[in-house]
Amino acid sequence: MALPRVNAIVVGAGAAGGVVAKELATAGLSVVLLERGRWQSFQDHDHDELTSQRTSVLGSAFGPDDRRWRRVVRQGERWVQVLPSESAYQNNAACVGGGTFSYGAMAWRFMPQDFRLRTLYGDIPGSTLADWPISYDDLEPYYEKVEWEIGVSGSDEGNPFAPPRKRERPMPPKPYTAEGRLLYAAGLRLGLHPFPIPMLRNTVPYAGRQACVSCRYCVGFACEVGAKCGTHNTVIPVALASGNCELRTGCVAARVVTDQRGRATGVEYFDPEDRSQFQAADLVVLSASATETPRLMLNSKCKLFPAGLGNRNDWVGRNLQGHAYCGAYGLFERELYDDVGPGACISSMDFNHGNPGHIGGGILVNEFIRLPYLFTGIRPPGAARWGLEHKQFQRDWYKRSMGVKSAVQELPTFESRVEVDPEVKDYWGLPVARISGARHPRDRETGDFMTRQAERWLLEAGAIRTWRSLPGLGVSGGQHQAGTCRMGADPATSVVNQYGQVHDIDNLFVVDGSTQVNNGGFNPVLTIMAVAYRSAEYIARQWNGTRFRS
Amino acid sequence: MRSGEKIARRTFFRVSAVAAAAAGVFGSGCLVERRRWRAFSEAEARLVDDISERIIPSDSDPGGRFAGVVDFIDRQLDGPYERYAASYHDGLPRLARTAEAVHSAPWEKLSDWQQTELLARLEKGDVPEGIWEQGQAREFFALLCEHCLQGYYGPPRHGGNRDYVSYRMLGLDYPQIVGRNQRA
Repeated sequence: MALPRVNAIVVGAGAAGGVVAKELATAGLSVVLLERGRWQSFQDHDHDELTSQRTSVLGSAFGPDDRRWRRVVRQGERWVQVLPSESAYQNNAACVGGGTFSYGAMAWRFMPQDFRLRTLYGDIPGSTLADWPISYDDLEPYYEKVEWEIGVSGSDEGNPFAPPRKRERPMPPKPYTAEGRLLYAAGLRLGLHPFPIPMLRNTVPYAGRQACVSCRYCVGFACEVGAKCGTHNTVIPVALASGNCELRTGCVAARVVTDQRGRATGVEYFDPEDRSQFQAADLVVLSASATETPRLMLNSKCKLFPAGLGNRNDWVGRNLQGHAYCGAYGLFERELYDDVGPGACISSMDFNHGNPGHIGGGILVNEFIRLPYLFTGIRPPGAARWGLEHKQFQRDWYKRSMGVKSAVQELPTFESRVEVDPEVKDYWGLPVARISGARHPRDRETGDFMTRQAERWLLEAGAIRTWRSLPGLGVSGGQHQAGTCRMGADPATSVVNQYGQVHDIDNLFVVDGSTQVNNGGFNPVLTIMAVAYRSAEYIARQWNGTRFRS
Repeated sequence: MRSGEKIARRTFFRVSAVAAAAAGVFGSGCLVERRRWRAFSEAEARLVDDISERIIPSDSDPGGRFAGVVDFIDRQLDGPYERYAASYHDGLPRLARTAEAVHSAPWEKLSDWQQTELLARLEKGDVPEGIWEQGQAREFFALLCEHCLQGYYGPPRHGGNRDYVSYRMLGLDYPQIVGRNQRA
């Protein structure tokens, strides 16, 4: 059945896709926004720790489901099939709003240095480190747009490393929790520059939604009062209200269709009844995540593009990055737990760059509230996993412990990658994503350095016992997956141009974490959204010129 | 967390479990009895209940038995953990045989301390020859242990953590009434 043609199809209603849909629809283009997941509400999962995004052991609350989805992951010498509820799957989410429906919502701007890593640190053997084709200054106005349209609270006060800004954020930060107050004083004594974590979370009523009520459950959960700002409660409703955007949920994109001239003509997808549909469009935007977007491009191969779309030079799916997560935990004599969510509140940018002998670094932040089951995994080396000793640790230290973590910037490597599996298919018969590769060994050195800074901060705050957790050397990706369709000026070493336009298909765009040249030493969502605003503006501008009809 | 799935090698055991279940349904005088368990046989459930009490023993706070960890696991094996059911049906009898081999006595005759020791041996993979496949004992124990912790610390909606026993132990008010039990 042929569906009426539209101007634009956007695949994926997450951080980037929501922004693009809103920008294009309000610019007057007719848009179909395809989302494999569904609209969700807080009531669907309540405060269920065992299906939350951090510990999704009984299933991923925010999709996708274990029944129909699979991935294959390299573990040591073997390829292993994994389910979405298993951590190796590297699930982000599958629902309207994508990861922004349940994220921790840290709202970092990358630093100017993060766009010029190659210039700063030179050629690193074994890494495809490169500068971005755009600078911080190019992106700055769009960061501001995200902060005001989606909604960010925070303050740069006391942070000399804050990237320059033209306008304050619309909302002030929350006050520090008990952990934050302790770390703040200790940080000053160490000569650090602690400041509040910027958050995509209302601290005052904003844009028709109420302020955060500081509940215990935040990261990994839907917000009970809608105070967390994602695309589901900001830009997507605006897109729908414009009358130019149709959101189709429960729809799984199968491939992008191209014609004999090598232009995209639309998207084939499976509707909620598993019927194959074809939606024709003047242009196609892929915003399906750094794992699913390359998978879709590789699954779209055809006579003209035998290696997949945009993959003439074998760069699609390459440079998969996440963060080399690491940090330290400390135990304290007195109770720190005040039950004030989200918990994470204080940070330091003292070690993002300029660490002698290290490439980059990372942000330091205190941990979100650790829920009871998650806390069973937080143990010093050699501690009992079970029995009385386990129970005593859980009871003695649950309210007297604290973590300081770092999201260490990863060096991109060519072998860290997403492919499609030659054999394993999903429920719809589509080849599944296959993830392999390893972190660059220097990430571990940087991680080791960062864990020492975290530990030092905890000790100064009065920890009576500390231990460090180093980043693993295994497969990269995870929640902060990025980098798999790199933006660049040279088609030989990148997949898209600075606006996300695929080098050899001018009406096909990639707009999501895939296009990031590197992932910064920060949670990447604000950057994903800012780049989405910038790409969408370009698309709308081009549309008013050529309408993408060559 | 485990990845991949295991295929049951001892299907005869599952057949006998089904037979036992059928006997339960058509018990004395053909009165339909209500079976308490969804995935476990009565004997399996008893064993898992004991194990949960060793993983999270009672002391000044109730342990795995009171929390209903076995209810949690049984319910999940008939739901999202269906893929692990075979591991339980296969691993539990091997665990019982390990008790016999080490102590020349059935599991239920062992003292709490002996049961704990036996589980510690499983955890280390230090088990008698010929009962377990290579690496299987450790893998099975890791699965048991993780599921017990989930049942004890996860929300009661999944069948465990009866009366919010673990939240109470940790001093977490439940439900959280924002503004009333925060000490900001």
